[in-house]
Amino acid sequence: MAIDSKVVAQVAHLARLKVDEADSAALSDRLNDILAMVDQLQQADVADVAPMAHPLDVTQPLREDEVSEPNVRDKALDIAPAAEDGCFLVPRVIE
Amino acid sequence: MSNAMHNKTLTELKAGLAAGDFSSRELTEHFLARIQQHDGELNSFITVTAEQALAQADAADTALAAGNGGLLTGLPIAHKDIFCTEGVRTSCGSKMLDSFIAPYTATVVEKMAAEGAVMLGKTNMDEFAMGSSNETSYYGPVKNPWNLERVPGGSSGGAAACLGARLAPGATGTDTGGSIRQPAALNNITGLKPTYGRVSRWGMIAFASSLDQAGPMAQSAEDCALMLQAMAGHDHRDSTSLNEKVDDYLGALNNDISGLTIGIPEEFFPDTLDGAIADNSRAAIRELEKLGAKVISVSLPSIKLSVPAYYVIAPAEASSNLSRFDGVRFGHRCDDPKDLEDLYKRSRSEGFGDEVKRRILVGAYALSAGYYDAYYRRAQQVRRLIRDDFARAFEKVDVLMGPTAPETAFKLGAKKDDPVSMYMADVFTIGVNLAGLPALSMPTGFINGLPTGTQVIGNYFREGQILNVAHKYQQATDWHKQAPAFGGDQ
Repeated sequence: MAIDSKVVAQVAHLARLKVDEADSAALSDRLNDILAMVDQLQQADVADVAPMAHPLDVTQPLREDEVSEPNVRDKALDIAPAAEDGCFLVPRVIE
Repeated sequence: MSNAMHNKTLTELKAGLAAGDFSSRELTEHFLARIQQHDGELNSFITVTAEQALAQADAADTALAAGNGGLLTGLPIAHKDIFCTEGVRTSCGSKMLDSFIAPYTATVVEKMAAEGAVMLGKTNMDEFAMGSSNETSYYGPVKNPWNLERVPGGSSGGAAACLGARLAPGATGTDTGGSIRQPAALNNITGLKPTYGRVSRWGMIAFASSLDQAGPMAQSAEDCALMLQAMAGHDHRDSTSLNEKVDDYLGALNNDISGLTIGIPEEFFPDTLDGAIADNSRAAIRELEKLGAKVISVSLPSIKLSVPAYYVIAPAEASSNLSRFDGVRFGHRCDDPKDLEDLYKRSRSEGFGDEVKRRILVGAYALSAGYYDAYYRRAQQVRRLIRDDFARAFEKVDVLMGPTAPETAFKLGAKKDDPVSMYMADVFTIGVNLAGLPALSMPTGFINGLPTGTQVIGNYFREGQILNVAHKYQQATDWHKQAPAFGGDQ
């Protein structure tokens, strides 16, 4: 399952990262090094082993559906790179 | 010189404050002056909060005079720059958050402040806690105070280096795969990663949510117990925080350890291990035998797969967690985006460094269609095998011990372009994170003038026991009292 520049470009798009073509070959090499190491996992006998998502197999706690957080819109917008009229500002999405 | 305030432990400083030997203002000014004088060379702090620190120190002095002191009143503490601190830049070592002023304060910081701690500033770290050498920080590498050509370890490298150099008497760290324990070992300090869920993750910038855990770093196990007493506890704002009683860590420090059973996992002493590293840890274990502990050999057969399992699970969780950095709501935003996709892609590519990008890509790949079962699901299955190995061992033993890191501090730049060799720095620490267990690293001697550490791993919620074991060891030895020549008063 080797990674080449084409796979790097696909995955980078999924992760919304921009990879310069000049860096792509070197990046593929590093990613292949990592995946080669990770491939040791294929040796493990995992038949009938349930995947483990939490060390103590704890499930998410439930609480009453009540308002617990104050409105912090102004605080949140204060640290936004661009905001206008109480909203985050982004480039035009709909023409 | 050894009587200087900066060589004292938190416990000794607390006694000095109580006795009126010095005020918190004097203490805080002393550490701020040391940071000013020495940190240019060390680079262990990203932000120093002198003004706030002095205000907190004055408030602490007032509280102490009125007899209203808490656990940490007047004691200067450095926080890793991964903890949100309201009104203070919280960078996580990344260009992405270089101008991010946190709008709220992390639970850990809040709890310690409520007990009277004085915040000196925010310590340097690998970017988003991804690294084992502190070289991935946007703010430049931290130097190891024992040898300025060498790394301090990571990712809590700034915390460990400032403690080693005696620029702060206590510091917070976080540990996802060894990020408290490995730098603790490389700087001759003591650091504890608690049980997953013991300390709140609220306000701690997420790297790998099922592994991340905050903990104390200081000169001694006793100091770590004091800090953990203030840090631990349930927090309804963190849904993974566990509602378990917080033990009396300080009260358990002097428990008798005769009859304690120490397990030595043979996998922690492989034939390939540097003999001097093995010798130092074996000597530490012998010291505990002299105090009445029994030693038996155990095996953790699946632990050899801990690094591969970690480098699927942690990047997968990171790729998801770091999707929030999109240039829209906070953090770095590129100039003149031509459309929304350009805004996302350029903001993220400009804001993240190489190692963070690599891990995001590995994670996105492992989670992508067609590869999920081969990588992510299998890694989670292996994670259970590793946890079950530990559970079997803890049926027979109270604690497990072995070296914290396979080598002493390496040279700056030595592994920078070889991620896989860098990842092996955490070969002995990662299994504990996958299993969610608590573990401590304590100083256990030197090799060619560089510190080594030994790990004490306990069963779930047995922080009190591992602190007790480490404290007993530190009562009988003085490795933890050794300080580097750097920053000395000569």
